[in-house]
Amino acid sequence: MSTTTPAKPAESVGNFLDERFGASKVTKSFARKIFPDHWSFMLGEIALYSFIILLLTGTFLTFFYIPSTGTTIYHGPYVTLQGQTVSEAFNSTMRLSFEVRGGLLIRQIHHWAALIFVVAIIVHMFRIFFTGAFRKPRELNWAIGVTLAMIAVFEGFLGYSLPDDLLSGNGLRIASGIILAIPVVGSYISFFLFGGQFPGEAFIPRIYTIHVLLLPAIMLALITFHLILVVVHKHTQYPKPGRTNDNVVGYPLMPIYMAKAGGFFFIVFGVTALMAAIFTINPIWLYGSYDPSPIGAGAQPDFYMGFMDGAVRLTPGILEFNAFGHTVSANIILPALILPGVLTTVAILYPWIESWVSGDKREHHLLDRPRNVPTRTGLGVMAATFYIVLWISGGNDIIATHLHLSINDITHSLRALAIVLPPITYLITKRICLGLQRKDRELVLHGRETGRVFRTEDGEVFELHAPLSAQDRWLLVQFENQYPAELPPAVDANGVRLRGGRLNSLRHRVGKFYFEDRIAPVTPAELAAAQHHGHEELSAGGGDQPAVSGHEQAAVSDHEHPADSSSGTETVLK
Amino acid sequence: MSALAARRRHPLATVGLVLLGLVITGVAYAFVLPGRAQASQAVTQDVSAGHKLFLANCATCHGINAEGRNHAPSLIGVGAAAVDFQVGTGRMPLAQSGPQAPQAPVRLTADEISQLAAYVASLGPGPAVPDASAIDPASGNPSRGAMIFRTNCAMCHGAAGKGGALTRGKYAPNLTGTSSKHIYEAMITGPQSMPVFNNQTIDPQAKLDVISYLNTVNKTPNPGGLSLGRIGPVSEGLVAWLVGLTVLLGFAVWLGAKSS
Amino acid sequence: MSNSDDGHGASELVPRPDQLPERFDNPGLPPHQHRMADTDPRAAKRAERQVAGLFLLSIGGTLLMIVSYFVVKLSPGLGFVAFFDRLRLSNQLLGIGLAISLLGIGIGAVHWAKTLMPDEERVEYRHLQRGTDEDRAQAASLLKLGAAESGLGRRPLIRNTLIGALALFPLPGLILLRDTGPMPGNKLRTTIWKAGTRIEFDQPGGGLVKASDLTIGSVVHVMPEGINNLDDAIEERAKAAVLLIRIEPELLASASVPDSYAGIVAYSKICTHMGCPVALYEQQTHHLLCPCHQSTFDVTKNCKVIFGPAKRPLPQLAITVDAEGYLVAKGPFTQPVGPSFWERG
Repeated sequence: MSTTTPAKPAESVGNFLDERFGASKVTKSFARKIFPDHWSFMLGEIALYSFIILLLTGTFLTFFYIPSTGTTIYHGPYVTLQGQTVSEAFNSTMRLSFEVRGGLLIRQIHHWAALIFVVAIIVHMFRIFFTGAFRKPRELNWAIGVTLAMIAVFEGFLGYSLPDDLLSGNGLRIASGIILAIPVVGSYISFFLFGGQFPGEAFIPRIYTIHVLLLPAIMLALITFHLILVVVHKHTQYPKPGRTNDNVVGYPLMPIYMAKAGGFFFIVFGVTALMAAIFTINPIWLYGSYDPSPIGAGAQPDFYMGFMDGAVRLTPGILEFNAFGHTVSANIILPALILPGVLTTVAILYPWIESWVSGDKREHHLLDRPRNVPTRTGLGVMAATFYIVLWISGGNDIIATHLHLSINDITHSLRALAIVLPPITYLITKRICLGLQRKDRELVLHGRETGRVFRTEDGEVFELHAPLSAQDRWLLVQFENQYPAELPPAVDANGVRLRGGRLNSLRHRVGKFYFEDRIAPVTPAELAAAQHHGHEELSAGGGDQPAVSGHEQAAVSDHEHPADSSSGTETVLK
Repeated sequence: MSALAARRRHPLATVGLVLLGLVITGVAYAFVLPGRAQASQAVTQDVSAGHKLFLANCATCHGINAEGRNHAPSLIGVGAAAVDFQVGTGRMPLAQSGPQAPQAPVRLTADEISQLAAYVASLGPGPAVPDASAIDPASGNPSRGAMIFRTNCAMCHGAAGKGGALTRGKYAPNLTGTSSKHIYEAMITGPQSMPVFNNQTIDPQAKLDVISYLNTVNKTPNPGGLSLGRIGPVSEGLVAWLVGLTVLLGFAVWLGAKSS
Repeated sequence: MSNSDDGHGASELVPRPDQLPERFDNPGLPPHQHRMADTDPRAAKRAERQVAGLFLLSIGGTLLMIVSYFVVKLSPGLGFVAFFDRLRLSNQLLGIGLAISLLGIGIGAVHWAKTLMPDEERVEYRHLQRGTDEDRAQAASLLKLGAAESGLGRRPLIRNTLIGALALFPLPGLILLRDTGPMPGNKLRTTIWKAGTRIEFDQPGGGLVKASDLTIGSVVHVMPEGINNLDDAIEERAKAAVLLIRIEPELLASASVPDSYAGIVAYSKICTHMGCPVALYEQQTHHLLCPCHQSTFDVTKNCKVIFGPAKRPLPQLAITVDAEGYLVAKGPFTQPVGPSFWERG
């Protein structure tokens, strides 16, 4: 019932929304929703905001770009292209760059935002991986994320192919080479995609539709679902004091996150605009319009395709073979089709692989510290190393010219490194993680070094350690060890062999690989024992008791447990 | 009627006219052609001085008669242009062996270079040092030059002439700062790994166009900002990671940190 | 937890192991630390001024962008270098203006949240994702009811024909894609080179090629005569690009000699790996290098692959001279050019 006093504007708007959409119910649950706070949670936001920037700047670009391979004569201000026959796509991009005020800026913002988009996705993906944020209930969100990553890479490739310049045109030539290498149907798919022989007239309009309509729509839908799941599951949080698996500690959406996250959008946009003001990107006027006969040195794709280009450069040609009148280009299929397929599949399935191995079916809302999951961290670094070596291989000619090396030697070395380096980095990373965990144990048991030196009347000299407060200690002791899933008996009560035995023993073996090397968190009993034996923590009182020398302290070793024993007790060595 | 016209039927008019014609032709000839006798005298002096320079700087590798030895090719028929290019860019005399002879500080004076060139040119006919009109960027068409450069040169030297890799540690150098004369000479002599672009395959006008293109592209400001080397997506990707990510991570850390 | 004062000796002060919890307890949220702006009103005012200053800076940036847009004109009448200097200036001013305009708002908003908005941490509780057992039972029974009412379980004929219909209806969608392109036919196997096709320079102006045009060490990029007048010129160029190379005749591989002419050989320029132009020629080593993936072909060995990911050598085009002395193809390529494909054989 309306009152006699005039309603304030906010009230009228609120009333309008509530009476038509039930807004008050949503607002009630949402306006002060708590989100946890950490800078590493901003990485996904960088990707999200870059996507929005791409949509905004991309729309502007579509007002000027002509998606056609029809030819025209260039008559713009760039002298070294004057009078040349170029495609409409190239010409319109040139006009936008040189004859539309702000056109070059928006084009450069769009391209820089595309690069930052993929950079942020990669860093965000690794953050999720190393902190275990992909575990139940977030496995599907992880799969959506990996899919988004693949789509983003492909979308970028299509995007920079739109100006129809020499560099991207040769990239498309390579893409058509990959398609032709597909067995049985390769030549058909190539002819259908390109509307005939390469390059044809259809590829620009078709790439345009896919780049502007199809993939952005799919990405928008997936991103929306990705974010809905974050809201439904609530965001994960680091296991700092006060945070448990059953709560969310942070700040409310309104006003804190509206200001911080909203502000961060402006920051990401501003930084991208600044990069577009300072750095040239994709200067198509230097390359010229695409023709299949010439090519320029330094023929690389944008960085996110670099790993595939590098893989293709490293794969030797001897793998191509003929069989029964057909050519199988394994030297192309392996690096360009199978490799990305396997990497994507393994990445998507990883949460389920890990939960199968550990048998862990609980929900996890507290993040792992990477050091506490050494095998997973090692595997992640191994994957990253492999990716980086392949990516570097994509620039082997640039490395050759800038470091004055032989490109042949570089290629041979990288072939070896791609195989040898990942397992080495796995081992090193795992050992570093275990070492850091031991250091954490030492820190908890003996306290932190104060720099104050104490000398007893016997002449012993040792450094005083201050015990960690409960707050400081919590992060170091809160984790739980994982153990491999229980191995069910191979035979049942009557001696009949149970099904699934082979799978179970595989699971068991993989579980050992994952969880056999572990460091247990310090328990209160261990701390008490350490303090009982120790002298390092001197408080006001005790100086004159006969000493058990404190610094020959309980050194605690890590244990390789056989997987089916569950106890975590450590023996104390003197 | 003028005084001159009044005398046009004078008996000596014909003689005067012929004399005038001879004088005009002779003067014109004298301006157009260098004094041959003087030129050949100067050339002979250059050749002998160049011979001495050759023996001092080049014969150890190229042989006493420039016939070539081991990896040093024969210089008979390479022409003055080759010498002017190789020595004029400091590539020769070769300081140390490697996959290729890189550009280096020039070790001979301009006069010595032309003497050396004259000597080598005397060994056999070969491309001559181009004169100024053949290398004047203003008389070339930079757009036509761009097309010729793209087809014949960009695959080694890069679309903007910033250089590129060849096999086994060799490379096509960055062309920024290379003089028009040296560009012409390189095209016509085909130094080291570079193919020979004689005047039948890239005619003199086309060479001028290429020179004009390089001149223009090196003068052109980068409208988008810093050029990042004009070598393509590799440097752009590096900047995205090293600059873009670092700055944004910095803001993210600041955003998540507690304020004082 | 262990809060013994001296930590040694006096065992009655050390809690016995069975009195200790098995694991440490969560100590709870740390005590709140106040910011300067929380306690000091002057610091709060200062922070407020900083935020306002940042927002004003943003307005400045917006004005800079708007003014630059109209003041820095891209007039076509400027000289070449002057025009591009102007364009560069325009890009910089517009970009920096936009950056300041956005960063001002962003940094201001974040600074405001960090310094002035309350920063006490709050706690909300999570619920298990799964519903309660009653919810699950109810959901299951509702679904069962719905399924029973549909009758699918009792009527396999409906079920099976439904599955069949649903499986098949998307097929026309695929079939509609058939006309997105023609069948490959023999297009991948043939180029427009045939016996007598004259060779022309792939350069503005074109022109036919005589053997005497090339000297030892020359490499010339050529096309079949008249290719640029075809309707599908660019597609045919993508297959017909050829390199003419002249080397000392005694260096040629014997297999390549019959198809050469006076030390001049013609090879397809399209890389047999993935189709990039194999355009780099090293005059002294007689190697052809593809810049995309560094496949290297040796001209003295009939363009065999000597390094890199390609497998097959570059196809040779047999050449000779015609009656007028111009270089011509002796016949078409004897094998398909370009990247491998399944049906290549």
